[in-house]
Amino acid sequence: MSVNTATNPNGMVLAKSKEEIELLHQKMNSRAKTKRRTKTTLLVLGNVVMALVILLPLLYAISIAFMPSSELFTLDMNLLPKNPTLQNFKEALTKVPLVRFVLNSFLVAGLITLGQIISCSLAAFAFSFLEFKGKGILFMLVMATMMVPGEATIISNYLTVSSWGWLDSYPVLIIPYLTSAMGIFLFRQFYMTFPISLYESAKLDGCSNLRFIIKILIPLTKSAIGAMAVYTFINAWNMYMWPLLVTGSSEMRTVQIGISMLHSVDAQSITLMIAGVVMIIVPSILIFIVGQKQLIRGMFSGAVKG
Amino acid sequence: MNNKIGAKKRIEPYMYLVPCLLIFGVFLFYPFFKTIYLSLYKTNKLGEAKLFVGLGNYTDLLQSSSFWNSMMVTAIFVLIVVVGSMLLGLIAALLCNKAFPGIRFFSTAYALPMAIASSSAAMVFQIMLDPSVGIVNKILHLDINWINDPKYALICVAVLTAWLNSGINFLYFSAGLGNIDESIYERASVDGANSVQKFFSLTLPGLSPILFYTLVVNIIQAFQSFGQVKILTEGGPGESTNLIVYSIYRDAFFNYRFGSAAAQSVILFAIIMVLTLVMFKIEKRGVKY
Repeated sequence: MSVNTATNPNGMVLAKSKEEIELLHQKMNSRAKTKRRTKTTLLVLGNVVMALVILLPLLYAISIAFMPSSELFTLDMNLLPKNPTLQNFKEALTKVPLVRFVLNSFLVAGLITLGQIISCSLAAFAFSFLEFKGKGILFMLVMATMMVPGEATIISNYLTVSSWGWLDSYPVLIIPYLTSAMGIFLFRQFYMTFPISLYESAKLDGCSNLRFIIKILIPLTKSAIGAMAVYTFINAWNMYMWPLLVTGSSEMRTVQIGISMLHSVDAQSITLMIAGVVMIIVPSILIFIVGQKQLIRGMFSGAVKG
Repeated sequence: MNNKIGAKKRIEPYMYLVPCLLIFGVFLFYPFFKTIYLSLYKTNKLGEAKLFVGLGNYTDLLQSSSFWNSMMVTAIFVLIVVVGSMLLGLIAALLCNKAFPGIRFFSTAYALPMAIASSSAAMVFQIMLDPSVGIVNKILHLDINWINDPKYALICVAVLTAWLNSGINFLYFSAGLGNIDESIYERASVDGANSVQKFFSLTLPGLSPILFYTLVVNIIQAFQSFGQVKILTEGGPGESTNLIVYSIYRDAFFNYRFGSAAAQSVILFAIIMVLTLVMFKIEKRGVKY
């Protein structure tokens, strides 16, 4: 490159006049600038294409949700609704008890999240601050549960709860999910970073264990709890197989099962089914966007220390 | 008196474990052993063990072409899903590796599939893949009956699953890329390396610890797919998308062969256990942050 030969050997630079150097500087700067600018433009362009690919199913679903049924059934390109309408949303809300499904899911997912936070905090506290017989074996036992996929025990669980007469109730949707090995592991990772003297001095001040958990541990691990809450809530909201097996009446159905009921109805109701899907995706997406930062921090800070 | 306090102190730690051990005991350990027990029996329609057959359910499975088909289909499915979702996640993470205007919007978009339920996604994909009104045929100017053609049905379910799983892969890879020291790229640039060389000799090796971990997590997750099969294809056409979890579901709740379904559950568990052990090994050894 000509620029290089002009600047590298010192002698040549010295030989040039001041103006010439100034000019050279400007030229190099502008060249670097355009190079950087084209790089950024390419990067943004690549991202736009990728984002369109990833978001296509969601954007398409939103578009269909606003489309009158007649517009969907053409052989022409119909990416966007020509006469957007809210009719599909209205019909989806009246044709199936969607509000009830949403309330059910909020109740189930909310209680599962709360229950997991409580049971996991208690267990993680015992595993990190207390000494007792069999601690190592019990911890191994808890970690071993990660190896058992829920799908492999689902038949026995179904037979158990049906023999108890629990089918089609809230407890059957909630109770089996009230704890998680992942949560215990995550909280323990966080608790292990606190010095044991924190616990010992609290004990000396006459603080009971339960008080220590509520007043000290929980406020100090807000970020882990936040991450866990977002993750658990979204997973519970999206649960499909278990609610499919254990719920029968429409009063007990959760959103995912309720919406898939619309699926088997006639072809004319495709647009209202998609409107329903859009409505039930919104809560999980909102929670994800709001809690994303917490989730990522919690997910990876555990990994970093592990 | 002293003795009482001592006893209370000794019992107290276990009290904190009661909630979680109770749930694990009733809904995980008990059904786990019950599944193994059931897998050794023929059952009635209510799922009660009636006739001890030993390993009969397993030998029946190993001789059944339907089971081998299900294993084969699952293996192909897992392969497509894992490669697809890791590629999507990796490309997205590479695109978001350097700061540029709008990066926050794009990184949220790439992680978003994490928040979507398999059942909801399956319903949207069903419309997208519809042979007459679906957008896929319209954009590609094709006339393929995606979901009802045994040649394409499995690929469709796999692509949908790859999309669903790509979100978390994006997060894993972003974290992995963030851990690579920037200065090695600068030194490579000075040495005159181009972007392709830098990718293969710096980026990929730098990602390798998280790459293996992500690989195993993805395989485990893909094995457990159910909702998308149930809604999109119900295992069909024929048995071309009869993945293992769907096969368990069908054996138990349509054919009422709980014994055979339990045996398949045990096989699924064995596969997942081996993979998890591999993951733990890798995590202990390789992942350096």
